[in-house]
Amino acid sequence: MEGNPITQLAAIDYAIMAVYFAAVLGVGFALKRVMRTSTDFFLSGKSLPAWVTGLAFISANLGAQEVIGMGASGAKYGIATSHFYWIGAIPAMLFVGLFMMPFYYGSRVRSVPEYLKLRFDEKTRTLNAVTFAAMTVFSSGISMYAMGKLFNLLLGWSFNVSVLVSAAIVLAYVSFGGLTSAIYNEVLQFFLIVFGFAPLVYLGLRSVGGWDGLTAKLNAASVANGLPEGAYTHAWQGMTHASTNPIGVEWFGLVMGLGFVLSFGYWCTDFLVVQRAMAADSMTAARRTPLIAAFPKMIFPFLVILPGMIALALTIGAGPGAGLIPAKLAADGTPLIDAAGRAVLDYDLATPMMLVKLFPSGMLGLGLTALLASFMSGMAGNVTAFNTVWTYDIYQSHIKPGASDQHYLWMGRAATVGGIILSIAAAYVAGSFNNIMDLLQLVFAFVNAPLFATFALGMFWKRSTGHGAFWGLVAGTLGAMLHHGLTLAVGAVPGVKGGYFGLVHTYPSELAQTFWTAIVAWTTCFVVTIVVSLVTRPRPESELEGLVYSLTPKPKDQELPWIKRPASLALIVIVLIVGLNLVFL
Amino acid sequence: MSSAEGMDIRVPIGGLFTLLGVMLAGYGLVAGSRTTSDVAPVTNVNLWWGIVMVVFGLLMLALSRRAMGAPPPER
Repeated sequence: MEGNPITQLAAIDYAIMAVYFAAVLGVGFALKRVMRTSTDFFLSGKSLPAWVTGLAFISANLGAQEVIGMGASGAKYGIATSHFYWIGAIPAMLFVGLFMMPFYYGSRVRSVPEYLKLRFDEKTRTLNAVTFAAMTVFSSGISMYAMGKLFNLLLGWSFNVSVLVSAAIVLAYVSFGGLTSAIYNEVLQFFLIVFGFAPLVYLGLRSVGGWDGLTAKLNAASVANGLPEGAYTHAWQGMTHASTNPIGVEWFGLVMGLGFVLSFGYWCTDFLVVQRAMAADSMTAARRTPLIAAFPKMIFPFLVILPGMIALALTIGAGPGAGLIPAKLAADGTPLIDAAGRAVLDYDLATPMMLVKLFPSGMLGLGLTALLASFMSGMAGNVTAFNTVWTYDIYQSHIKPGASDQHYLWMGRAATVGGIILSIAAAYVAGSFNNIMDLLQLVFAFVNAPLFATFALGMFWKRSTGHGAFWGLVAGTLGAMLHHGLTLAVGAVPGVKGGYFGLVHTYPSELAQTFWTAIVAWTTCFVVTIVVSLVTRPRPESELEGLVYSLTPKPKDQELPWIKRPASLALIVIVLIVGLNLVFL
Repeated sequence: MSSAEGMDIRVPIGGLFTLLGVMLAGYGLVAGSRTTSDVAPVTNVNLWWGIVMVVFGLLMLALSRRAMGAPPPER
């Protein structure tokens, strides 16, 4: 790779990174002696308190996509990006804690695909397990690729060294300490990210003249971009029509597509996050895991979105090339210019540039360590979910059933090595064939979008059958593909962005297209599952106890103090979240 | 049994943050409030934030000490 690095680190910065890596590895080594059975390794022996699993629940998801991506979206869309939290993640997290965790934890399954096996049948489980395993490997590969590229650009580190060293560290601590090690390090990483980013927001706000100064600068930016004044600092203003808000979606597509289908599909069915709750030491702790996680999660927009908004404020009006966010470069090295004659900004650099420009040596080391931590926690989260699904749902159920527990423990460690090697391979694939990765992410989006319909029907409608679930999932995926293939976002060309089957509708933005693709996939899956279920033979009710809502005794929380009851925690979260939406209306 | 047979995660968190905080605050004292750019206002952010991190780290260590003396939390 060529080009001069954007900044250089001082000895103190390297010392901070070294101390952090030593701590991460130390936790892994210290836990090695505790890993005696496969349950210890894959499910932390179901022994962790709720606050630990709760912080890991959000930290496992806090990969590159979140820290870099949410900063980029903050610079692109402003405070409306908080919809991903306040309409997206939080309601789904409440739902999984209150209503779905009793089935995941109570049925004693070891993974999300295994629930599908108990509730439906082997083919539904295998479909879910295989696509999920593939997806985790590619996500962690993409995470590694993004990290290698970013640190090459910022510090001039070699791409190969960044990828291989971070992979080796994750490999060491996961293969020694299993899920407990991953979860403990996620908690460590959670605090590191909070401590690394909070001062960035403070310094950033001071440099733009506080919230009022930020609002004034962003108002000018929204007018310059043809949006109503206040579009970047109000989350709901202008949501009645796609053309009057920066994300280019109307409220219905946002609430149904993002708030319902995509968020519930991710937070309620993705084993990567559900696995953290399943490691909790009791049913109540498992149910409280996502509810406890919801508190820091709703504050996260201020940590990860606000830096992007401040970066935009520090870019607008600074003159060409002088702003904080650099312009995207064309192949010949000149800045890209859009149709209106403005430079096309490289939004993915918003948060990293904030770190580099606002932090002095010392704090810069802490901030970059937090960034590295987020990359590694994202990678470790994927790898621990991969080794479990591989070992229990693919290896034990199809390749070698009935082996000893020690054999599966060994397989889990081997799968950790295999998963990391595959992730590294995926990182290099991402580097050489960008379109292949876009295509794969698209395919995964098609596979994931219908999932929540399957789980919702499985858990709350006892009549749904295995054939219904399987064909519903297949139809939902095909429905998503068909919808995507027939639509395009304004300005996009047919190809990986859609329109490959012809063009029947044009969406005002790519997000609008994504949200509506999800809505179509969910609805197709929901309808097909119901229709096929009604014409196929249902399972006897005696086999569905503990798996379906109407046939499972309700969890009793009465003996708990009210503050520890899942329902009261959820109520507090709802009040706070409504408040946040009103404040940033 | 908050992971009694393994470890209390508050110990490594407390240790790490205390150490990082001391390093940052110490660097802040030595290097003063020099910043790498003129974007950020002059504040000795290393010193102040280092102190905050030390306080947090010690708090975590104190919590884990207290938990060790107390009976195991209810399941």
